[in-house]
Amino acid sequence: MSGAEYLLFILMLSIFLGFELINKVPATLHTPLMSGANAISGITVVGAVALAGTGSENMAMWLGVGAVTLASINVVGGYMVTDRMLGFFKKKED
Amino acid sequence: MTTALMTQLGYVISAGLFIFGLKMLGSPATARRGNMVSAIGMLVAIIAALLDQGIVDFTWIAAGMVVGGAVGAIAARAVAMTSMPEMVALFNGLGGAASLLVGWAALSPDAGVFTLVTIVLSILIGGVTLTGSLVAYGKLSETIGSGAITFSGQQIVNSLVVLGILGGAAMFCMNPTDPNWLYMVIGLALLFGIMAVIPIGGADMPVVISLLNSYSGLAACAAGFAINNNALIVAGSLVGASGIILTQIMCKAMNRSLSNVLFSGFASVSSEETVVEGEIKPISVEDAYYVLEAATNVAIIPGYGMAVAQAQHVVKELTELLENNGCEVNFGIHPVAGRMPGHMNVLLAEADVPYDQLLEMDEINPRMEMVDVAIVIGANDVVNPAAREVESSPIYGMPVINVADARTVFVLKRSMASGFAGIENPLFYKDNTRMLFGDAKESIGGLIREFS
Repeated sequence: MSGAEYLLFILMLSIFLGFELINKVPATLHTPLMSGANAISGITVVGAVALAGTGSENMAMWLGVGAVTLASINVVGGYMVTDRMLGFFKKKED
Repeated sequence: MTTALMTQLGYVISAGLFIFGLKMLGSPATARRGNMVSAIGMLVAIIAALLDQGIVDFTWIAAGMVVGGAVGAIAARAVAMTSMPEMVALFNGLGGAASLLVGWAALSPDAGVFTLVTIVLSILIGGVTLTGSLVAYGKLSETIGSGAITFSGQQIVNSLVVLGILGGAAMFCMNPTDPNWLYMVIGLALLFGIMAVIPIGGADMPVVISLLNSYSGLAACAAGFAINNNALIVAGSLVGASGIILTQIMCKAMNRSLSNVLFSGFASVSSEETVVEGEIKPISVEDAYYVLEAATNVAIIPGYGMAVAQAQHVVKELTELLENNGCEVNFGIHPVAGRMPGHMNVLLAEADVPYDQLLEMDEINPRMEMVDVAIVIGANDVVNPAAREVESSPIYGMPVINVADARTVFVLKRSMASGFAGIENPLFYKDNTRMLFGDAKESIGGLIREFS
């Protein structure tokens, strides 16, 4: 199995897994969940580095560099702000 | 072991870490570590990607990462918790833009039809996410008006844009060497993002933000297909699923369908038939203090107004004074209170309110009859009894927090203007309701001074 059908297979499984996982997140954590998910969507950086590193100085490379920059904002900013938020959540000490 | 295999194994490990991290987000006690696990997953994926042998020059990669990382770090540190919704909107948009660029860059002369379709999809979803999020950002930060912008012929214009996108996409797939079709699709996708979000009003933003969150994941997913990369597909679809679930929760909490939120808004609300009986009964800070001083069970119901007034810290102070006075204090949080899912929880957590004191709507409603005083701070539609009692009301059927069941209700409100949805609120006219007019922060400050 290779190519498109293999990728679609992965897609199907991940979507089901995603639904199962996220359904268990309590309402109180929905904002950190969202910003954490946002950081994960910065995964595009992984695809972008291969495009930005060809050294060919053509348009595709510059598009890749742009994508690396934007996705890095997403990754670093997303994880840091989520961590900052989650640091506020405290249980009541009795 | 070849480097290609190592890269793939790295992606597998990172996917596992993402999944584990999301699982740990299921409880506030483990959530912070879960976020860390997810971040390590991202680091593993990036290192794996850098092993790619096609990379010959790291200069520009490093430059992009340093600049992007610095901007992200500064933004994450500087943002105030009240501005979280617009921050998330902005980050969503950047994620969409990155996927758009990756899809665009993936275009090569020997691309097959399947790849071309996925390139179009990543450009389309990425572009809509980018401009849609920028408009959402503008509305949330009030740089543009937060109201719904509608004009006659809007549906026709939107339909033409969609037709243009479909036509341009088809032409592009047939003539991939002609860049003009590609530019047309990019331009129209960006335009469509704007057109899709401008008609949606501020109060519906929790739905829009969740949906754009989902799109940013789906765009990464489509880009993953375009460049044949598993890591993007797995991570992108996890984010896509997360956004869709939040969207569903938000829609359910407003008793509206997604298409109703996206395409109609509350624009056609007629205000005639709600004849509200009773009169408005204002109360002074001093009298409110005497009632609170005698109370043994208080419920606080915050809304977007608390964020606007930046009142979360004084609310916490009042909570402490009440508790020292032997009173039990709980918070009732409606799912769509605020401008994004969980907005109120984050604000109160920042003010040191422990999370086990924050009750969801279904938990607080059965307890409401035992509550001596319910304090509504800057919330309106989420406590509107018309949703239960007035069948002609546009929000009829929406689940609300039943504050009127409490012995006494205090409503902290700036003036008698109606809420975002522009709907009359019969709560204000109930026998047991007292209105405490003024800025929420000042009113609560006044109560605190009475206590001390």
